[in-house]
Amino acid sequence: MSMAMASACGQLCMRCRGSLSSKTAVWRCYSHVRHLIPRTRQLLKSFDGLFITKRLASTQTGLSWKQQMCCYSDLAEKHLTADAKDNKHTKELTKTSITQITNTLMPSTDVLSMTEHPAFLDLDDAAESSALEEICDEEAISISVPSSLPPTSTSLRDYVEKSETLSKLVELGVNLWKLEQRPNVGSMLLRLDFKTDVAPRLMFLKEIGVKDSCFGYIITHNPFVLCENIENLQDRVTYLKSRKFSSETVASMVSRAPYLLNFNVKRLDNRLGFYQQQLQLSASNTRNLVARLPKLLCVSLEPVKENLKVCEIELGFKQNEIQHIVVAVPKVLTANKRKLTQIFDFLHNTMKVPHYLIAKFPQVLNTKYLRVRERHLFLEYLQKAQYDPTLPNYISLDRMVSLPDEAFCTELALSTVEDFYLFQKTL
Amino acid sequence: MAMTAVKDFHKLRRLHGLFCVYKPLGVHWKLVRDTIETNLLKGNVAPPPALPHKVRFLAEPSPTGEAGAAASLSAAPVPALSHHPLVTGPEFQHIRVGVGHRLDAASSGVLVLAVGNGNKALDDLYKTRVTRDYMLECEFGMATKDFSHTGRVVEKSTYGHITLDKLERVLAMLEGANQKATRMFSNVDMSSQEAYELAVQGLLGPDGKSAPILTGLRCVHFQPPSFTLEVQCLNETQKYLRKVVHEIGLELRSTAVCKNVRRTRDGLFTSRQALTRNQWSAADVMQAVQQHRYTKKTEKTVRKRSEESSAATRQSKADVMSSHRGKEHGS
Repeated sequence: MSMAMASACGQLCMRCRGSLSSKTAVWRCYSHVRHLIPRTRQLLKSFDGLFITKRLASTQTGLSWKQQMCCYSDLAEKHLTADAKDNKHTKELTKTSITQITNTLMPSTDVLSMTEHPAFLDLDDAAESSALEEICDEEAISISVPSSLPPTSTSLRDYVEKSETLSKLVELGVNLWKLEQRPNVGSMLLRLDFKTDVAPRLMFLKEIGVKDSCFGYIITHNPFVLCENIENLQDRVTYLKSRKFSSETVASMVSRAPYLLNFNVKRLDNRLGFYQQQLQLSASNTRNLVARLPKLLCVSLEPVKENLKVCEIELGFKQNEIQHIVVAVPKVLTANKRKLTQIFDFLHNTMKVPHYLIAKFPQVLNTKYLRVRERHLFLEYLQKAQYDPTLPNYISLDRMVSLPDEAFCTELALSTVEDFYLFQKTL
Repeated sequence: MAMTAVKDFHKLRRLHGLFCVYKPLGVHWKLVRDTIETNLLKGNVAPPPALPHKVRFLAEPSPTGEAGAAASLSAAPVPALSHHPLVTGPEFQHIRVGVGHRLDAASSGVLVLAVGNGNKALDDLYKTRVTRDYMLECEFGMATKDFSHTGRVVEKSTYGHITLDKLERVLAMLEGANQKATRMFSNVDMSSQEAYELAVQGLLGPDGKSAPILTGLRCVHFQPPSFTLEVQCLNETQKYLRKVVHEIGLELRSTAVCKNVRRTRDGLFTSRQALTRNQWSAADVMQAVQQHRYTKKTEKTVRKRSEESSAATRQSKADVMSSHRGKEHGS
């Protein structure tokens, strides 16, 4: 019904164009069209030159309908000097509507604001060319269409299908949802071009040996690696290799600490030197330490210095004991001071474990306080809490802490897991 | 296989009810609630459904390879990346988990939590007069600033003169004072018939908000310097209970301090049903909710049946009495 109405309008327009050329005649044509359209239908007042009702675009949303209006006016602008072509009324309408649909769906990057469009204001210009005239296919495809992208949005969801960069990032496994919550990262990712910005850096990462499956993780945690200058990245990798880190080590370090390559050479050098001096380790030991916890090269040094002071002064470990602990469990350097002192206090004052035993099994400093407390109290209740290696029925600290619950109950406590859980409810 | 995964995922939407958890010592109650919420969200992650496809017109390269001669378009279904889970985020980002009567960080014990629509039941639980059961492990000889054994010591005293008899006398005195408070806080005139009827049914108690009241108090373990008290109370806080221990010490002409406050029962939830730290996964929580619902249902049916049977026995007794009277009249 609506298509018939539109085709009738089209027919009238064509007839007017064919027979009359003056502007007043065109006006008369439009007045005829106005009579055809019943008053019950709503007319959109802003588009004076084109009487097309809302029902024409019933299947599409309001926004895309307005684009179609834009398209119509675009066509009007472009074909101001087009020759009058043969009329095939319904076929024309369907053809132009198909071309409009194809134009809205084809990816295009320019967003036209509708209020700035000049064609709506000048009736005469719009009247000279009609949206319903036939155009060839190449012209139809080359029409630029304002895309359906919103100018601003709080989510990258609206842009992911149109943007090549974003779709390729999703395929790599980057968590865009997490990244768009960080301020300004979303807009930065949108502005990147895949071929010139993202691809060279990903190729560089592949060259140094980072696996493809790690790309998603790296970019999710450090999207700024895609903004870093490639020469700088190259310099930092060559510096690390000059410090005798093997290529596989460098690759694994970059995968586990995504921010590593954002730091300049001077800073990396500073940190490596710091760890070597403070802990008085050999070069190979330092390398080993940093390779196992590459985050050490990224964090600030003040908390590390404080942790070392805590170990020395508050906990009372000797220098060689600290060295041994740090090389075995590097996480102690970045651990929370309060938790570290809490667990040490329990180990030393409640469980009565001397310093040398703690230094011998440093992994107890890495465990959860509640776990150690529950297990110790259970062993104490069963009168099996004996941690001195010289006496019989000795229970080693590392086994007590690292075994899962079932193994702990059956092997160390010689009891059942249910009893352990029941005991936990009496603490 | 996929169907079971989808079913598990929707179980989260249908999870409503109450369950209880054993809060470990030293942990803030909010951390417990957050951990349970995180575990519920993580535990029901279904494999992502297939992406919906949208039809797009893709430009095919023209056979002659001329520049700008992309004349042919073909329709092809293309996965819609805007529905990809990495772009939209997880489906469930928040679950309503509510906490019942709170426990402070230095206490441990039963903590009632509610999921989804169970939060309304939690509200009712708060309003009804359910009592809570505590075990207080205490020690003579010390008085501290915050009444617990980790606070700054204010006073130290001897406790050799304390016997179980003296302790029990003090406890009885306290219990009496609390009974009086119970009657005082109920908004009922003591010399009325209404008060008598409520007291007979055992429903005489404080109405709404009141001072903390200990409805029951007894000593379960006595070995100086340490002793353990079992307390049933209403409207209390853990700090109040520690203060009570401190006052018991003062009454006995010594000092006492509370080492451990442990809640063993909160209304109908006991520590037997409570989930320990390693049982805080989504599957265990769902099972606990179902278990509680089942026990509630069976209790209801049992109570109904007992009421019916008691009504039946009363009826039969009445019949016997009437027939007996009839025989008497007759004879």
